[in-house]
Amino acid sequence: MPWADALIQSQSQSQSRSLTSQVEGRVLSYVDALNEALALALDLDPNVFVLGQGVNDPSAMFGVTRQLEQRFGAKRVFDTPLSEEGLTGICTGAAMTGLRPVYLHNRPDFFLLAFNQIVNHAAKIHYMDNGQTNVPLVMWAAIGRGWGSGAQHSQAIQGLLLTVPGLRILMPSTPYDAKGLMLSAIADNNPVLIFEHRWLMKQTGFVPEGLYKVAIGDAVYRQRGDDITIVGSSHALHIAIEAMNRINDETISADIISADIIDLRSIKPLDKHLIIESTRKTGRILIVDTGWAMGGVCAEIGCLIAETCPESLRHPVRRIGLPDVPTPAGFTLEQFYYPTAEKMAAVITEMCG
Amino acid sequence: MTKYRYQGTGYAAWASVLDQYPPAHLLALFFQMLRIRRVEEAIESRYHEDEMKTPIHLVIGQEASAVGVCGLLSSRDLVYCGHRTHGVYLAKGGDLNAMLSEFYCRANGCVGSKGGSMHLLDKSVGMAGSSAIVAGIVPIATGAALTAYMRNESWVSTVFFGDAATEEGALWESLNFAALKRLPIIYVCENNYFSVCTPLSQRQPEVDIFRKAESFGLVSTVVDGTNVLAVHDAMTKALNRARSGQGPSFIETRAYRWRGHGGAGDDSSSGYRDPDEVKLWQEHCPVESFSKFLTQHNILQGSRRQAMETRIDEEVNAAFASAISSLPPTEVDLYKHVYSE
Repeated sequence: MPWADALIQSQSQSQSRSLTSQVEGRVLSYVDALNEALALALDLDPNVFVLGQGVNDPSAMFGVTRQLEQRFGAKRVFDTPLSEEGLTGICTGAAMTGLRPVYLHNRPDFFLLAFNQIVNHAAKIHYMDNGQTNVPLVMWAAIGRGWGSGAQHSQAIQGLLLTVPGLRILMPSTPYDAKGLMLSAIADNNPVLIFEHRWLMKQTGFVPEGLYKVAIGDAVYRQRGDDITIVGSSHALHIAIEAMNRINDETISADIISADIIDLRSIKPLDKHLIIESTRKTGRILIVDTGWAMGGVCAEIGCLIAETCPESLRHPVRRIGLPDVPTPAGFTLEQFYYPTAEKMAAVITEMCG
Repeated sequence: MTKYRYQGTGYAAWASVLDQYPPAHLLALFFQMLRIRRVEEAIESRYHEDEMKTPIHLVIGQEASAVGVCGLLSSRDLVYCGHRTHGVYLAKGGDLNAMLSEFYCRANGCVGSKGGSMHLLDKSVGMAGSSAIVAGIVPIATGAALTAYMRNESWVSTVFFGDAATEEGALWESLNFAALKRLPIIYVCENNYFSVCTPLSQRQPEVDIFRKAESFGLVSTVVDGTNVLAVHDAMTKALNRARSGQGPSFIETRAYRWRGHGGAGDDSSSGYRDPDEVKLWQEHCPVESFSKFLTQHNILQGSRRQAMETRIDEEVNAAFASAISSLPPTEVDLYKHVYSE
């Protein structure tokens, strides 16, 4: 396996638990960071292949697969029939016999067609085979939002999968992490699901050249503060940062709220240590997620706090996810549906009041 | 009323080509079928003890299919199957001790008591996987064939499944992809006419299963699933296609499930099928019809048959003793292998 050596050599570039947003260097778009990760992986290991509906379209899966077919050939980068369940099983079987498939989907809603293979098979085969078989499979999709995406093209279903043993679930929020987590996912010997967010794809940020990995299961502080812990991932965390900026731009200096903002990056496994450490310090925790609040990431972390450090709480745990309602398609209804920075700021202010 | 009758023609047509098969190979095919039959009977006879705390799906009456197919494969070729695992596992060379230990929920079971009878595995001989979700293994086996194709390697993937698997979408998704990429895979549909207690006629219109596969662009055929040479012959052709880059094949084997879907004994008295139907199929026993044919042609003698019976009996008794005396797993084992390092 060339993976282990190559990645260990470049570990010095990994910035686990540091403030990656403050690092200076080459700036790349989110999409280009992902594209670079896939190209590096394809270049490094002949066992890696990339597939998905439209990976060789002119739009190249939002640009993520741009030029990959031309560079690495149609045998290793290929468009697929629509068969989501069948292709997930085919990827699982290929992974079990030594390949490293990266199966890209436009939206996580299509994962639902493949639940039999994801949940009944890929996640459990290593266990059911008593460790004799590995399933190094990456499945990637971008959560949609807006412009009529509606109930079937904008679902953030990570919460549904959180209860499945054997899976890893990643939710990057920066170009740096998008590349580093993709490389870690491909290097990992387990099925890894990556939930990207469509609204993050236009951002740019510091992205080192070459191979580096972001450790799966390590959260990171995006901001440090004392009054409240805000924990979440992906686009929800961007809204939280915007909410904090809004609070502190509008308040007079004496009333400034300072927060520990924790970017989970991986929701399975969960970096429990960082969440508990920060909550013990601040005594307040707000959990934010792009998915439904009920039974998902928000609920799990709320329970974690209740089980581990309830005595440190100065305010009840709060969570901001989606209401227990399908995503509406229309613009006006969407405005009521999604959490906004304004609504989040009001909750933070109330908690710290 | 009997609904499903034997449609084959027995071994008569094979007499003229018998000299094409080395006698040792014919005897090996017979031995494998006999061994599977005796293992299944032994499992069945002890199942009431409730010490094998696992569902069983006996393959009695259908032995020729797994043996005819696996008799042509090497240990580098990978085989996958559904929940009716016993015959395929043994025909591919799977370790009997490890199989029975798995049934007895022992730590030295073939998958450490984490899979049970519906998830037998022996990677050392290419028995690569099975799934208790009907048709769930079909795309996985297809993915293995994709690996052989991507690496330009000469091994092939073979997958066994029942007639009901052809009612699942993922099977047809797999056939479509395999035909599209010309993957080195052989799909073996073991049509035993029943899905648990539901006859084929209540589940599918009267279109031959192999014809449906043919319409997906696979070279497809149907054979007498009680006749090991018929299966063997179809597999020889399919294997040549797979190994020479000509793509996937589909073989429908028709044989009857003598026992119930799961558990011990024939359950036909419960009314979902005619007990006479079972009796009619028992006249076309895969083991005894081949035994008779080989005996007629002086390839199998009574003394050799008896020696085989003795050898199998000793092996099976020793395997049960080994399983029963093996240790169960510990609580520590529960948490092992959820994730790969």
